[in-house]
Amino acid sequence: MDGLAALAPYGDAQYRELRGPLALPEPGQEDGLLDCGGFFGLAPQLQNFHRFFAEGSLLPVHAIAGPYRNRSHFEAQDMLESGAPERLASGWLNRALEATPPVPQGQPERGLAVGYDLPLLLRGAQPVGMWAPPRPVRPPPELYARIADLLHADPLLGKAVQEGLRGRGFAADALMGEPRAKGGFVSLAASAGKLLTAPNGPRVAALEIGGWDTHANQNYALSRVLKQLDEGIAALRGQLGAAWAQTAILVMTEFGRTARANGSQGTDHGTGGVAFLMGGAVQGGKVLADWPGLADGQLFEKRDLAPTRDLRAITKGLLRDHLGLSDAAVAAAFPNADGVVAENRLIR
Amino acid sequence: MDYAFAAEVVALQALRIDTATPYRERLVEFWANHFTVSRRAGYGVASTVGPFMRDAIRSHVTGTFADMLVAVVLHPAMLSYLSQTQSTGPNSPLGKQRKRGLNENLAREILELHTVSPAARYSQRDVTDFARLLTGWTVERMREPYGAVFRANAHEPGEKIVLGRRFGEGPAEVEKALRFLASHSATQRFLATKLVRHFVADDPPPEAVTRIEAVLTDTGGDLAAVARALPRLEQAWKPPLSKLRAPVDYVTAALRACGAAGTEFAQVARNGCDVLHQPCWQAEQPNGWSDRAGAWLGPEPIMQRLDWCYELAGRFARLEPMMVLDTALGPLGRTETRQALRGAGSPRDALALLFSSAEFQHR
Repeated sequence: MDGLAALAPYGDAQYRELRGPLALPEPGQEDGLLDCGGFFGLAPQLQNFHRFFAEGSLLPVHAIAGPYRNRSHFEAQDMLESGAPERLASGWLNRALEATPPVPQGQPERGLAVGYDLPLLLRGAQPVGMWAPPRPVRPPPELYARIADLLHADPLLGKAVQEGLRGRGFAADALMGEPRAKGGFVSLAASAGKLLTAPNGPRVAALEIGGWDTHANQNYALSRVLKQLDEGIAALRGQLGAAWAQTAILVMTEFGRTARANGSQGTDHGTGGVAFLMGGAVQGGKVLADWPGLADGQLFEKRDLAPTRDLRAITKGLLRDHLGLSDAAVAAAFPNADGVVAENRLIR
Repeated sequence: MDYAFAAEVVALQALRIDTATPYRERLVEFWANHFTVSRRAGYGVASTVGPFMRDAIRSHVTGTFADMLVAVVLHPAMLSYLSQTQSTGPNSPLGKQRKRGLNENLAREILELHTVSPAARYSQRDVTDFARLLTGWTVERMREPYGAVFRANAHEPGEKIVLGRRFGEGPAEVEKALRFLASHSATQRFLATKLVRHFVADDPPPEAVTRIEAVLTDTGGDLAAVARALPRLEQAWKPPLSKLRAPVDYVTAALRACGAAGTEFAQVARNGCDVLHQPCWQAEQPNGWSDRAGAWLGPEPIMQRLDWCYELAGRFARLEPMMVLDTALGPLGRTETRQALRGAGSPRDALALLFSSAEFQHR
């Protein structure tokens, strides 16, 4: 995600010249930015985010990046979810679950992936559930049982089928009576809210939204996906109801993009960007940033927003202060990151 | 346009079901995935992906890698997909006049995904210079000659240095750079690893990689020699069956096992690939579909695979399930699976059990 588009530093003297065709009108003007404290402004599509900011439940964190610097999507995404400067076989959120209390036999898992793919973030030793919008034709339960029996010895498929059955049993109950979700981020996010608030629902859930690789005509491409993100989080909040007060949501991306527009009104792969922390449990209403500036000498390799904060400081702070993990458990979730200090005062 | 794209998808699905040369189809599939183009990028790809498959991929599957690379990179589908049509040399006449500049997408992905890979430790400078070199190549959609064209007035002047090699100006230098990258030792290592991962195991046995790498080096990147060497790898035949079939492979295998005809079942195959999350020519990212089991093994996607095969089994409930098993698996069919088929309540259930079995889902 282009952090300079999602949360624009319109108060920076270099902003307008550097961004050229990508610069947005100042707050108060037509289709202008939504002000967040006189220096930063949210993209105009992020209206719900702006409402959360005003009520103190949105904390944007700017000029942030993980430890990775090489601008490959695929590596960056894997390392974002690994929580390390190298690819690991498991994700930091799965490792964090090790330290949360185990669930009794037969109850849903503590982690839930919402969507058709199990993200690396939630892969690992701890079992997690999965939920995706159902397809209409299904075998009868006894055939499922025979299939599970036939596959139980297979090292890969046996486990997947068992978890799939459990995930469905749980999700089917929680979603009873709901209209069938249509897919797409907004309905997935609403389903996530519903599943999280179910009795014995999961402790954490993860879902993905794509469409941020805006190499051309960025203003248009980004406006659509930002709107989906904004509406999705609002739908999630709607389903959470009173549980919003105890919720923290982290929106993160694999990297920011080039500070300047490229030759086609877009941006190429970059470095520093923005993360959004929000929810009733979050101490928001301000922007957390050690702003590096946008002058040539201040950019990372003269092209990208320079990262001044490690994303792992935020995720570590979240695990410690929101999930209540011990320092040892936080260190186990983020191996070899002793130098990255957990951020204080993220959570109320 | 959607109609034409849909017709291409259905034609490919039919070919996969009917082909008398399935190994060649797997090679086509492998190289098409190595050089992913995706309709998610819009019209520029959707309208050219059929010709791309025929002219850039199929025609080179038993040719040389360098020829395939040149054909792929300079094809309208790839020029559109990786934004080369949006890139202009900033110091070219057109760049100065219209104040346009570089888009480095194609340059970066050729280095990262198609040739040397990050193992070659190229720098941002290499990416930028390669992007400068590629400028001028674009797609003409409005007037003759349609297709890929080199526009000298958009080409960035001056020397470019890519991985330590100097290149001058013009389209001949672009081709020279592509052939240089194709024959780079890092490319051969990278391709050998990917090929062995696809045809042998998710974690490629090092001796097998070394063998295929040697074939690429010794033959100057002859893909026919590689195609002959892969099935001769001792490791390719060693049990257990370790590769999980990706959805395209799974759907095709199930339909072929049932004796389905492409004319009748291509649309079923297309829908199957869609619902199992591998829609034809619609990969999410330029690195294409994953060749590792983990990517397809989420609990819910595996459940959806079971649902799909149960649906399919309903269409072939008049077949004798044990004969389908013998046709599809022969001696690989396990005793447990045969017992499960015999104990099934109906032919439909039995076929669903066959398609769910570990030996059918693996290869």
